[in-house]
Amino acid sequence: MKISAKLGGVLLAAALSTTAFHGAFAQEDTIKIGVLHSLSGTMAISETTLKDAMLMLVEEQNKKGGVLGKQIEAVVVDPASDWPLFAEKARQLISQDKVAAVFGCWTSSSRKSVLPVFEELNSILFYPVQYEGEESSRNIFYTGAAPNQQAIPAVDYLMNTEGVERWVLAGTDYVYPQTTNKILKAYLMSKGVAEDDIMINYTPFGHSDWQTIVTDIKNFGSAGKKTAVVSTINGDANVPFYKELANQGVKAEDIPVVAFSVGEEELAGLDTAPLVGHLAAWNYFQSVDSEANAEFIEQWHAFTGSDKRVTNDPMEAAYIGFNAWVKAVEAAGTTDTDAVLDTIIGVTVPNLSGGYATVMPNHHITKPVLIGEIQADGQFEVVQETPAVVGDEWSDYLPDSKDLIADWRKPMECGNFNVATGKCGGKGS
Amino acid sequence: MLIRFVTLFFLIISAAAPSLAQSDPKPFIDQLADANFKQAEEIIGQIAATGDARVVPALEAFAEGDLYARKADDVVFITKTSGSKLALVDPLTGESAGEAAKGAMTKIKVNNNLRRAIRDALGALTLMSPDRNARLQAANTMLAAPSEDNLELIETALAKETDGEVRARMEEARAVSLLTSGRSIEEKREAIERIRNYGGRDAIGVLRGAYGSVDASLQPDIDKAIGAIESEIALWDMAQNVWYGLSLGSVLLLAAIGLAITFGVMGIINMAHGEMVMLGAYSTFVVQDLIRSSAPQLFDWSLAIALPVAFLVTAAVGLAIERGVIRFLYGRPLETLLATWGISLILQQAIRSIFGPTNQEVGNPSWMSGSFALGGMNVTWNRMWIIIFSLSIFFALLVLMKKSSFGLQMRAVTQNRRMASSMGIRTPWVDAFTFALGSGIAGIAGVALSQIDNVSPNLGQSYIIDSFMVVVFGGVGNLWGTLVGAMSLGVLNKFLEPWAGAVLGKILVLVLIILFIQKRPRGLFALKGRAVEA
Repeated sequence: MKISAKLGGVLLAAALSTTAFHGAFAQEDTIKIGVLHSLSGTMAISETTLKDAMLMLVEEQNKKGGVLGKQIEAVVVDPASDWPLFAEKARQLISQDKVAAVFGCWTSSSRKSVLPVFEELNSILFYPVQYEGEESSRNIFYTGAAPNQQAIPAVDYLMNTEGVERWVLAGTDYVYPQTTNKILKAYLMSKGVAEDDIMINYTPFGHSDWQTIVTDIKNFGSAGKKTAVVSTINGDANVPFYKELANQGVKAEDIPVVAFSVGEEELAGLDTAPLVGHLAAWNYFQSVDSEANAEFIEQWHAFTGSDKRVTNDPMEAAYIGFNAWVKAVEAAGTTDTDAVLDTIIGVTVPNLSGGYATVMPNHHITKPVLIGEIQADGQFEVVQETPAVVGDEWSDYLPDSKDLIADWRKPMECGNFNVATGKCGGKGS
Repeated sequence: MLIRFVTLFFLIISAAAPSLAQSDPKPFIDQLADANFKQAEEIIGQIAATGDARVVPALEAFAEGDLYARKADDVVFITKTSGSKLALVDPLTGESAGEAAKGAMTKIKVNNNLRRAIRDALGALTLMSPDRNARLQAANTMLAAPSEDNLELIETALAKETDGEVRARMEEARAVSLLTSGRSIEEKREAIERIRNYGGRDAIGVLRGAYGSVDASLQPDIDKAIGAIESEIALWDMAQNVWYGLSLGSVLLLAAIGLAITFGVMGIINMAHGEMVMLGAYSTFVVQDLIRSSAPQLFDWSLAIALPVAFLVTAAVGLAIERGVIRFLYGRPLETLLATWGISLILQQAIRSIFGPTNQEVGNPSWMSGSFALGGMNVTWNRMWIIIFSLSIFFALLVLMKKSSFGLQMRAVTQNRRMASSMGIRTPWVDAFTFALGSGIAGIAGVALSQIDNVSPNLGQSYIIDSFMVVVFGGVGNLWGTLVGAMSLGVLNKFLEPWAGAVLGKILVLVLIILFIQKRPRGLFALKGRAVEA
């Protein structure tokens, strides 16, 4: 009887450990974090790099002694570009693998899918990608850019430096471009741009035949006013878009295109010689000249074993998020969610462009905005850099959200405080 | 630093007064060393104002980002990368000035504004260049930026010009500049006529811009010219739309033509068809990579070399799939669908593991880059070659099916397998080779599609639905149906897109196809006869 019970116990343990094999042995000595990035499916193209970056950051931190005297262990899962699967995998990481925090997601859809899980199970997510704003959760830290840290400064640059008066807002048909374009349109009109001078165009995911649209852009731009394209076109559709621009001879000197989702990684599949001068707005470029960046790139090349692998903005956001978490855990002396949520606000860590990033009470961070021009070697050259800007979660240019603020410090602890009514609640989460 | 700014200030002042203008551009070029973008723009104007043709290479290098300043003494050089060092060239004389480490030089940054300023400056400087192409480009620059100041310069150049095309461009450049100048009404009327003949949307922009400033008696002329240009544009837009439609149709045809064999002729629901296209594109990438590293002079031939490679690779993979999986599943369409879908996932992940998840760079050979104008239409070379390419594949396949003995056997097996078998045709091998042929053609399509789309593991997925749509719409089992189906879907799509938008346009096309299939379940060109009923 006793023997069989023991045997049953062993079998049960064996069955459990097949899913979390490494965890079963090293429970006491390591602190676990989850890495929730798609390694297959359509988003693998962007997210695999971030998974590698996270593993590298964990390795480097462990070389420095880990955190709280323990080694960090990364638990990697693959949500396969499938939004409901993101929620499932997040649940598995938190309740089964007992991770202290999760680093992951790329698309807004995947973030929206996991948000209720993190709030229900009270865990922490670090989200490393630029997004449309209009959200602030107690359990999520947004280390990528909000619209005011990317889109609006880019438009300002075109307006002031290049004297653009006519605007094409081109995007892929989903939530990020739609919201961003809504904000941009309101912003442009507040700056006195006529509605006739704004053309908005949406295309399906993975759109590959850009002939008509590029011709439309050329025609729109031949009205005698300086024209620019603001592109929120998503990853995969960009290569055919830029190829068509190059072939139809749309030059950056005539109609510059500024993109918010095109970085070093996306340009890797393109011959950029005909695209020199087209722009991108980010908070980091691989070409940034700073000591921290040089060291980071060197580590990255060593870790991936290839000096051709590029670094990009979401990697910097992951770097900042991870270091902020480490610092907050060290300060709290524990990985307990509530304690970390308390200490992390106000934590300041170096970024890769030679400055510092501070975690703000609205769970967004401070970032400088860099405008870069594409070079013939596939890198960007910074033509303008602003001082650090605080991420604004609720846009000031949308009527629904201009009165809302988020502040997760006690005693307010609210993600959508309405300053007009003085109440917490109203719109959003 | 302060002294530097003061001297800069005085230099700017002195350059602004023409009597004091320096004729030697060298000091201006050296000033670029520590100028910001705004100052650099002014300096470019001063350099151009010297009228010294020796500055052209320096300005060109500046636009290309090849102008560097030596950190030690702020002297500016044109540079070329040679190994880990930079080879220095004097910006004016073009004489070599030795080498320097990259760390010892700072790049003089350039942005769009400066490139534009340089282009305009070069326009004025090269209008009388001995090189015909330089003159043509200069005339085009002036045409795009009408200014009264250029008028005399253009007229002097025009008096000397002998080349017909350059002359025509200069006449047009003269006309657009003249319109806003203080010349006589008669001259302006002539200019309007010339602009009207030149046509295009830019011409309308110029005419509208001048409308307010010209004499009232000229306004009816402008109205008439704009009206004429607009109706011309409307016609060309129509032609352009048809062309885009054919171009989209040719891409659909390329993607679908392999499927027309595996699905259309053999009846296999092959979900891994898109991955064959993807393998073809990756073969192109590998071929180009080898050429880049071992024989760069062959680069313009890379696509021609990639064609047989892609065909053989994908045909071999197709053969393996047919022999390994599909032959056990004939007559069980649901299982075939699931099995081939599984294969497609395996192939995608295999490519992802081997080449990584990111896009691979497939270059365009020079003969596939850029565009040319055909009347008011803009034709890009790559699209034109793709149309020609897809049509030639189509006809080659048609000949193979109708005229060769392999084609005959293939048709015999499709129409009546048992009869064909009893005639001594080895039906299993015909099946295998037919499938390999369909896969191989998908691979060739991948070579062409690598020129316009992403080369990533997901490449195939975006084409699989469209391919099935074309084959079903055109009529299963009929090659002509595939051709007509692809072209009509392409043109339909392009006519819907301008007024419905790309998203809604695509939906509308799908709805129309559903309605069409309700009416004619067998597609445009249905096969007739007993074989179909069986």
